Amino acid sequence: MMTPESHAQPRHLARPVRVLVAKPGLDGHDRGAKVVAAALRDAGMEVVYTGLHQTPEMIARAAVQEDVDVVGLSILSGAHMTLFPRVRDLLNEAGRPDMLLTGGGIIPEDDMATLHARGVGQLFGPGTPTSALIEYIESWAADNLTD
Amino acid sequence: MTTSSRRDVEGQELEELRRDAAAWREHVARLPVRDETDFSTISGTPVEAVYLPSDLEPGLEDRTGRPGDFPYTRGVHPTMYRGRLWTMRQFAGFGTAEDTNQRYKFLLSRGQTGLSVAFDFPTLMGYDSDHPRSLGEVGKCGVAISSLEDMETLFDGIPLGDVSTSMTINGPAAMLFCFYVAAAERQGVAPARLRGTIQNDILKEFMAQHAWIYPAEPALKIIVDMFEWASEHAPQWNTISISGYHIREAGSTAAQELAFTLANGFCYVEHGLERGMDVDAFAPRLSFFWDVHSEFFEEVAKMRAARRIWARHLRGRYGAKDPRSWKMRFHSQTAGVSLVAQQPLNNVVRVAYQAMAAALGGTQSLHTNAYDETLALPTEDSVRIALRTQQILAHETGVANVADPLGGSWYVEALTDRMEQEAESLFADIEAQGGVVKAIEAGWFQRQIANASMRYVSDVEAGRRLVVGVNAFEEEQDAPIEILRIGEQAENRQRERLAGLRARRDAARADQAMAELARAAREDRNVIPAMLDCARAWCTLYEIRHTLEEIYGSYREPVFF
Repeated sequence: MMTPESHAQPRHLARPVRVLVAKPGLDGHDRGAKVVAAALRDAGMEVVYTGLHQTPEMIARAAVQEDVDVVGLSILSGAHMTLFPRVRDLLNEAGRPDMLLTGGGIIPEDDMATLHARGVGQLFGPGTPTSALIEYIESWAADNLTD
Repeated sequence: MTTSSRRDVEGQELEELRRDAAAWREHVARLPVRDETDFSTISGTPVEAVYLPSDLEPGLEDRTGRPGDFPYTRGVHPTMYRGRLWTMRQFAGFGTAEDTNQRYKFLLSRGQTGLSVAFDFPTLMGYDSDHPRSLGEVGKCGVAISSLEDMETLFDGIPLGDVSTSMTINGPAAMLFCFYVAAAERQGVAPARLRGTIQNDILKEFMAQHAWIYPAEPALKIIVDMFEWASEHAPQWNTISISGYHIREAGSTAAQELAFTLANGFCYVEHGLERGMDVDAFAPRLSFFWDVHSEFFEEVAKMRAARRIWARHLRGRYGAKDPRSWKMRFHSQTAGVSLVAQQPLNNVVRVAYQAMAAALGGTQSLHTNAYDETLALPTEDSVRIALRTQQILAHETGVANVADPLGGSWYVEALTDRMEQEAESLFADIEAQGGVVKAIEAGWFQRQIANASMRYVSDVEAGRRLVVGVNAFEEEQDAPIEILRIGEQAENRQRERLAGLRARRDAARADQAMAELARAAREDRNVIPAMLDCARAWCTLYEIRHTLEEIYGSYREPVFF
């Protein structure tokens, strides 16, 4: 669902950053995803939340259809090494290697490094303040997005 | 003096005491206090600087009773932990059935007194390990159980007539229960001898934990089928564990956890009654499960209030006559959501305080979390410390010597009363929504929980609430700790095993069993006997799930944030 009003877009953009927050796999823990979605919305981004139990295919399709800039996955199930690369590949195959794939959850630091080498952006562990990911997305948008 | 005129005199005295207390509080309110701290509970409830006798309504003794007496505020047994300590039951499961079987034997050999099965996400959702939707998740957050064969392996060398087992499974609870009953049969143990609990609480899945399959009404029908079947065949088995844990972990307040969970309990009772069952035939086997968070006194009050509310409603509203129906027995687990990834060893201390609150709240069994659970599934070392935390609590602190040691504390009694009032007022809100099922379908509970969760997060982020290591007393660099890693071996082994099972079994017998299950569902008969036959015929979890999905359809969540 989209928020009707968005403000605070990065200074050089005439539009807000568009973000898809997604819960891949069978993991039902959505407290974090919902907090993140609400925080990004409150920071002026346009946020779409997929709901639970999405396959990588469903997520990539939604990202392309909604024409988002950023896809954020929340994974607390330990399946991150399967799901992040799968979504990255599907986005690339759909002609959207430009989309930032980021996310968070219970992900050990060395796995974060491995995933980064597979084309995944910064990942955020438990206890990260929402301001850290807002800053990250805004700075990525400033460097990568044009109108 | 008549009783009523004595009350009038007491009433006048109480008024005077209250005026006096209010004046004194006004004086105290002018004294300087630390200004960096919010003096409300973690649930956002403001508390007084001190509690006085006049803060309590008259009739405290009627509201509390003695331990073992109605309304059980002070505990369900007169002797409490002198009679029997709480059961130390650590939730465990990972990888394949063989891996978890080894962990169970490790825990039993170190003094654990009950087993508790953690299933992986595919199993929790009713998918076999080789189903495409299970990709990457097999054995990761729990053990993968796709058939009777896996269940037999899980309990290999563990006599099911002697242990008590808890199984955390909801959407496909009936199926896993049938695997368990069939595994016991193959050990020569009749269902009547089985002791344990199956979570089987679908309502809180819709609200918070989200491992569902069927829509609410057919899901409730299967649950009542379990009540009915077990009351006849497995009378020592707790057919449901009505759980606040997941509601709280999803971010609710303590009062919401209490009220939503009890409302779910009442909803199950009403469905049993609608089936035509006698309330006393199934209510004694309804059990509960609470989260124990860090706000120490609030948690103790929550558990005391929970017992009182359940007893009053079961006797007064549902006409239960058997005292066993009035007694709320519960498991508790320390709050996973309270653990933090920063300076993880500090979590040992959080868990210990929470465990003490559970004991003071009168729990029947307890799981203590391991300190590394914000990072991964726990290692053997971290699990051992978690178990030792309970043993130290039970044997070194003296909490087990006296029943309800906080009973009569003006603070705890006032909090207990307030918890009950808040719960009653939330019950009225739920009624106004058209009841539990309607409120779930409208996303009402989900929104209440998400709002509370958001409020807590913004309190922490704004520094109104301090969490050590997160927004106070941070370290530059955390010392790395050893964590448990689960690779893809489990998925591969499970694929081979399921392929072997499907090739080996009598396919005609399996098909016939599933056809009979479909018939039972279509004719609206109790589905448990046919499902048990499916288990015995080596039908897999997903085959059984799918057979009923064709008839019942599947649940769709209301999506929002």
